[in-house]
Amino acid sequence: MLRYTVKRLLQLSVALLGLSLLLFAWFKALPGGPENRLLPENATDRQREALRAALGLDEPVWTQYGEFLGRIVRLDFGSSLSSGRPIATELAERLPATVELSLAAMLIAVGLGIPLGYLAAKRRGTWIDFGTVSGSLLGTCIPIFFLAAMLKVVFAQELGWLPTTFRLTAGADFTEVTGLRVFDGIITGEFDIAWDAVKHLILPAIALSSIPLAVIVRITRASVLDVVGEDYVRTADAKGLKPSTVRGRHVMRNAMLPIATIIGLLLGSLFAGAVLTESVFAFGGIGSFVYQATTERDYPALMGFILVIAVFYVVINLLVDLSYGLLDPRVRVRK
Amino acid sequence: MTTAKIEKLDRLIEATATARDAKTGSLWRQSIRRMRHSPMALTGAIIVGLFVLVAVVGPWVAPYDPTAQTWGREVFLNQNIFPGPRPENWFGLDHLGRDMFSRMIVGARQTLLVGVVATFIGFIAGAFIGGVAAAAGTFGGRWGERVEAVIMRAVDVALAIPMLLLALSVAALLGPSLRTVMIAVGVAQIPIFARLLRGSMLAQAHSDYVLAAIAIGVPKGRIVVSHILPNSLGPVIVQATLVLATAIIEAAALSYLGLGNPDPGSAEWGTMLADAQRFLSGAPQLAIYPAVGIIVTALGFTLLGEAMRESLDPRLRRQE
Repeated sequence: MLRYTVKRLLQLSVALLGLSLLLFAWFKALPGGPENRLLPENATDRQREALRAALGLDEPVWTQYGEFLGRIVRLDFGSSLSSGRPIATELAERLPATVELSLAAMLIAVGLGIPLGYLAAKRRGTWIDFGTVSGSLLGTCIPIFFLAAMLKVVFAQELGWLPTTFRLTAGADFTEVTGLRVFDGIITGEFDIAWDAVKHLILPAIALSSIPLAVIVRITRASVLDVVGEDYVRTADAKGLKPSTVRGRHVMRNAMLPIATIIGLLLGSLFAGAVLTESVFAFGGIGSFVYQATTERDYPALMGFILVIAVFYVVINLLVDLSYGLLDPRVRVRK
Repeated sequence: MTTAKIEKLDRLIEATATARDAKTGSLWRQSIRRMRHSPMALTGAIIVGLFVLVAVVGPWVAPYDPTAQTWGREVFLNQNIFPGPRPENWFGLDHLGRDMFSRMIVGARQTLLVGVVATFIGFIAGAFIGGVAAAAGTFGGRWGERVEAVIMRAVDVALAIPMLLLALSVAALLGPSLRTVMIAVGVAQIPIFARLLRGSMLAQAHSDYVLAAIAIGVPKGRIVVSHILPNSLGPVIVQATLVLATAIIEAAALSYLGLGNPDPGSAEWGTMLADAQRFLSGAPQLAIYPAVGIIVTALGFTLLGEAMRESLDPRLRRQE
């Protein structure tokens, strides 16, 4: 296990190094270059040269790459071209909003997805199965930004049941602890704030949960179908165990392995969906920041985000691979 | 999503590789026979058929020019007044006074084009990478194995990055245009195809007919190109069907992020949907038509692809 971990860690650092090289090349190849973005159009050549020197753009490429790596390691992604503030600060400040939104979306996806997937597998081939599977396929086919916008128009603007934008009602007086508003509201005893935050979360979380929900339903269905056909399930049934025991101990416990894996991995992919959802609801998380960076061609900000997400992803993948051994005794024995 | 994605891809490979040994009829004929009774496959096939039909004949049957504007006479942008459905314009007019029905049926072709070109880019580049890796790993000796390992490591890292981000980075490089969207979405699909074809080719590499070809001295290059490759394409084709759906949706998302076609005159569903977001509260129909178009089409391709995948999976068949 230790050897395996060390090997994976080595592979991880090589992969990250490759990724940083790729990102550097990407950044260098961007059209226009940063000096054109910072200077007015009528700047003279001498002004351009001066700025290039100031930004270190006149140095050899390898020196630039070295500095680039050094800055990344120190989490210095430079300043956002649109706000002028350090990108690392911007990302850190907005992280809690996105984390809260992602957790809420995952809660919906898991809470609905696993029972629905189980039901579909149990009723395989019936119209319940067809309906659930089609519904989950439909979930992956709706563009998130459209779903988010329609939810907003119908439930917030037309019916007025829920707020349209932001994380709290404007002017709300709240105590900041972790930045997760619902959690903060509960631990500080400001339950009205927590409830307000929940109301602001519902629509964006539903929109964001559409794809994870669909994926979890299908994985659960496939996983349960796999397990239900196993000999030990038939044996358990034949022994006369209660159906609920068979379901809990024999079917779901084994079927949970791939489901647990995918839940961990989906958390990472939610960040991409958050870009689209948050922009619709002006949620103020990382997603909104990236949406703005994309539309305004704020490349340093975009790069910082891509780098953070990529590292996040690679690390989660590593953790998932390592956790297989913990989750599944069979994998442990094989290694 | 790497591990889950990889598992899914591996399973698809395994499915087609095993099913080939079945006694009765070819793999595809068997799976078509099974799919005939599947409501999923039928629904998918009908939707895809209709969509392709509209895409092909659309421009000839559209009642109006999709770019012709009747600006100012009936449409009042600042007051959010857009004529809705009526006998002469079945779907009403858009914010520039263009006939929505004509734009929808003309736009089908562009939308199909975006999906097909993006999938094609991913397919060709991914198949090339995966094919080279598999060929090197099988016939290249020790060095070949190293080449394969390096290629597949890189593919795994690329597989780990969310597709939208990959597409976003490519789109930032190329500037906003419909071509950008196609390339960006296509590039994001490369790792999936690469991994799939490599796995599928490796599964074929140890079969009897390859051994026979080696024994009678067929050159290695020819074994790969004319024996292994054609027999490995099954899972890749299934995946291409599924990717077509994703490509259409991702293309719409890129348009929404402002990286799509900057020409407002062009009729393409993704661009139309992104444009219509501005008028959502006053005239939701402008967004709903292209959205329904995209959703139904993507669903059609997905249903067809999933039905194909399921009909090829021997593990699920066993339980019937």
